[in-house]
Amino acid sequence: AYKRFSELLPKEERENACSARVPKSQILTLPELRANPFQDRICHVFSTSDTGDDSMSFEDFLDMLSVFSDSATSDIKSHYAFRIFDFDNDGTLDRKDLEQLVNCLTGQGEESRLSSAEMEQLIQNILEESDIDKDGTINLAEFQHVVSRSPDFARSGVSRG
Amino acid sequence: RDSQQAETECLSRWKKWRRTSSKSLKKALSEVKGLSSHLVLWQHDIRSIEGKFGTGIQSYFSFLRFLVLLNFIIFILMFSFVTLPTIISKNGLFNSTAASTSPKNIENVCTIYKPNGNKGLVYFYTYLKDLLSGTGFLEVTILFYGYYSTDALWINIMRYNFPLAYLLATFAYLALSFLWIIKRSVEGFKHNLVHDADPFQSYCNKVFAGWDFCITDPNAARLKHRSLQYELQTDLQEEKLKQKIAERRMGEKLRIYSLRIFINIIVIAILSGCFYSIYRVTVFSQENSNVSIRNYARTDLTNLLVQYLPSMVITLANFIGPLIFAFLIRFEDYTPAFEIKLTLLRCVFVRLASIGVLMFSLWSQISGCGSDKCKPCGYNYKSYPCWESDVGQEMYKLMIFDFIVILAVALFADFPRKLLVTHCSCKLVQWFGHKEFEISDNVLEIIYGQTICWIGTFFSPLLPAIATIKYFIIFYVKKIVLIHTRKPAARPIRASSSNFFFLVVLLIGLLLAFIPLGFSIARIPSSKACGPFRNFNTSWEVIPDTVLEFPTGLQQFLFGIASEAFAVPFFVI
Repeated sequence: AYKRFSELLPKEERENACSARVPKSQILTLPELRANPFQDRICHVFSTSDTGDDSMSFEDFLDMLSVFSDSATSDIKSHYAFRIFDFDNDGTLDRKDLEQLVNCLTGQGEESRLSSAEMEQLIQNILEESDIDKDGTINLAEFQHVVSRSPDFARSGVSRG
Repeated sequence: RDSQQAETECLSRWKKWRRTSSKSLKKALSEVKGLSSHLVLWQHDIRSIEGKFGTGIQSYFSFLRFLVLLNFIIFILMFSFVTLPTIISKNGLFNSTAASTSPKNIENVCTIYKPNGNKGLVYFYTYLKDLLSGTGFLEVTILFYGYYSTDALWINIMRYNFPLAYLLATFAYLALSFLWIIKRSVEGFKHNLVHDADPFQSYCNKVFAGWDFCITDPNAARLKHRSLQYELQTDLQEEKLKQKIAERRMGEKLRIYSLRIFINIIVIAILSGCFYSIYRVTVFSQENSNVSIRNYARTDLTNLLVQYLPSMVITLANFIGPLIFAFLIRFEDYTPAFEIKLTLLRCVFVRLASIGVLMFSLWSQISGCGSDKCKPCGYNYKSYPCWESDVGQEMYKLMIFDFIVILAVALFADFPRKLLVTHCSCKLVQWFGHKEFEISDNVLEIIYGQTICWIGTFFSPLLPAIATIKYFIIFYVKKIVLIHTRKPAARPIRASSSNFFFLVVLLIGLLLAFIPLGFSIARIPSSKACGPFRNFNTSWEVIPDTVLEFPTGLQQFLFGIASEAFAVPFFVI
C-alpha cells in the first residue's frame, strides 16, 4: 500500500511520503477510483485536510483502502457508505441527496438520466421501503438497517488489491 | 485506526504471532487461488469478455466451457469402457481374444447385414459424401454401433462382459451429466433464492448497493451505468403496468383473456404444423435415401440433400418459430418480464420437441410392420438390418448440419452485415443496424446440440468427441464474431438468474434424452445382425441375465432393493 501511495507523489517528494499530502487530482488516477461515479465524494469523505481541498495523506489513504477491503465489517462499510451518499453533508439522506445519488448511478449525460416522473416514483419507492419514522429522510440507523438486509451490499463494496 | 494501534500494543506475544501467521496464510491462499485460475480453461478470455460485454454474455461463454468439459469427460468414459477394449481385442494386444457367437434361435434372414464399405475404385467425392452422411466407409468404423459386434473379450485370463459394459457406460454418462448439472444448478439456485428473497426492498438494494466497486475499466463502467438505468426503468415500468392491470374493468379482462386463448391456439397450430412436416420429411427421407440399396439412378448430390432434409426442416422450424412467437406476444399484453419468459419457453419447446418428433418418426419407420415385414425379427429388418447404426447416422447428420449452420451464419450473415453497416450509409441499411448478441437464442442452439449428443452417444460412441471439438471451435468463432461485429446489448441481463435458467433448460434436455434412449433400450428389439446385443431380445435384457448369474444371496439382495418398498424412499432421500 505504501508503494502505491508513493507512486502517486511527484518524484521530489517521495522520500517524505509519510507526511506528504497528495492532491485530489492525483488520487483520482487510481484504477479503482477512475471509473467510480462517487470518486469526488470518496475523496471528500476520507480526506482530513483542513484546507478543504480534499487532498489525502498516507493515513487517509490507508483508511480508504481498509474500508474497501474484505476485512472491514459491514458496520464500518455502511457507515462510510452513508457518508459518501450524503451529498450535502447534513447527516441525513433527503430527497435531493437521493436524486443526486440516482443520477450518479445512471451515468453522466442527458440521455442516461431518468425522467422527472420516473425519478419521483423511484424516490417515493425508496422512501417507502426504508424510511421507518416517515420523516421524509433516511438517517444513519435506517440506512444501516436497510443495507444489512441487502444481499448485494457486502459483495459490491469490496475492491481487490 | 489509532485505537487499533493502541490495541495492538496491549496484546501478548502469542496473540501477535497468531495474527501475523493468519495474515500470511491468507496471503498465501490468495496467491495459490490466483495461480490455479491460470490453469482453468479459457479463464483469461472469459474474464476479458466479462469486462467488455457484461456478465450476461460472460455466462453464455462459461456455459459453453462447461459443455466442452462435460462432453470431454463423457468421451473419455465411453472410450475407455467401450472403444478401447474393442480396439485392443481386435488387434490382439495384451494377449486378448474376442468371441462373437452368432445368435441362436433366430432365423437367418435377420442376421444379413452387408454394409457397403466402399470396396474397389471410388471417386474422391464419395468419401466426402460419406463423411457428411455417415454412410459408406464410415459406417463400418468405430464411429457407429454396428462395429461393436463382440460378445465377450478375454484379456489374458480375465473375461470382460462387453454388452454389459456398453449398457452400463451409457447409464454412467447419463447419470454423470445429471449429477453434474444438478450440482451446478444448486449453486445458482441458492444465489437466486438470496436475490429474490426481499421483494420489499428491491429498489433500495439496487440504489444503495448497485454499484460494483471492483470496476476499473471505463467501458465496463459505462456498461454498468446503462444496465442500472435499464433495470431501474424496467422496474418502474412494471410497477406502473401492474397498477394498470389491477385497475382493469371486467369487459377489458374478458377481451384480453379471449385474445390470449386465441393466440395460444394459433401457437399450438403452428407447432403442430412444424411437427407434422418434420414427421413427413423424415419418413420421405428414410424411404428415398436407402443407402443399403445402391441406386445409381439418383445422383449423389440429390441423395445427400434428401438425407439432410430432416435436419434442414428442423433448423428452419427453429429459426422461424422464435420470430413468429416474438411477433405474436406483443398482442397478449403481458408485463415485459413475463413476455420474455413466455417467448423463451415456447422457443425451448419447439427446439426440444422437434428432436422428439424426429425420433418418433424414425421409430415408426423401424417398427413399421405394414405388411408382415417384422415377423421374424421384431423390427423392419429389410430396410434396417442394423437400425441402431441408422439412428446413429441420423444423429451424426444432425450434429454436423448444426455445426455447419452455426459456422455459415457467422461467416455469411454476421460479417457481411457488419461490413454493410459500416461502409454503406444508405438509410435502409443503417436502420437494420448492428446485430445484438442474443444470448437466449445462442444458448438454445447449444442446448439443442447437446441433447442430440446425449441421445446419439448410445448409437455412436464417438459422438461426444465430435461434440467436444465442435463446441471448442464454436467458442472461438463466437468470440471473434462478438468482438468484431456486435455492439453490447441494450438490454443487459442479470447473470445469476440466467445461469440458473440455462441449467434448468439443459436439465430438461437431458430428461428429454432419457425418453428415446429408454424406449430404444427397453422396448425395441435390438438388431440381430450387428452390435453387442445380438443375443438378447432387447438391449436391456443384459442386466437381468447378468443378475441371474450372480450367487443367490446377492440376487435376493438386488431384488429386494429393486422392490418398491425400498426404492421409493431411497429416491425421495
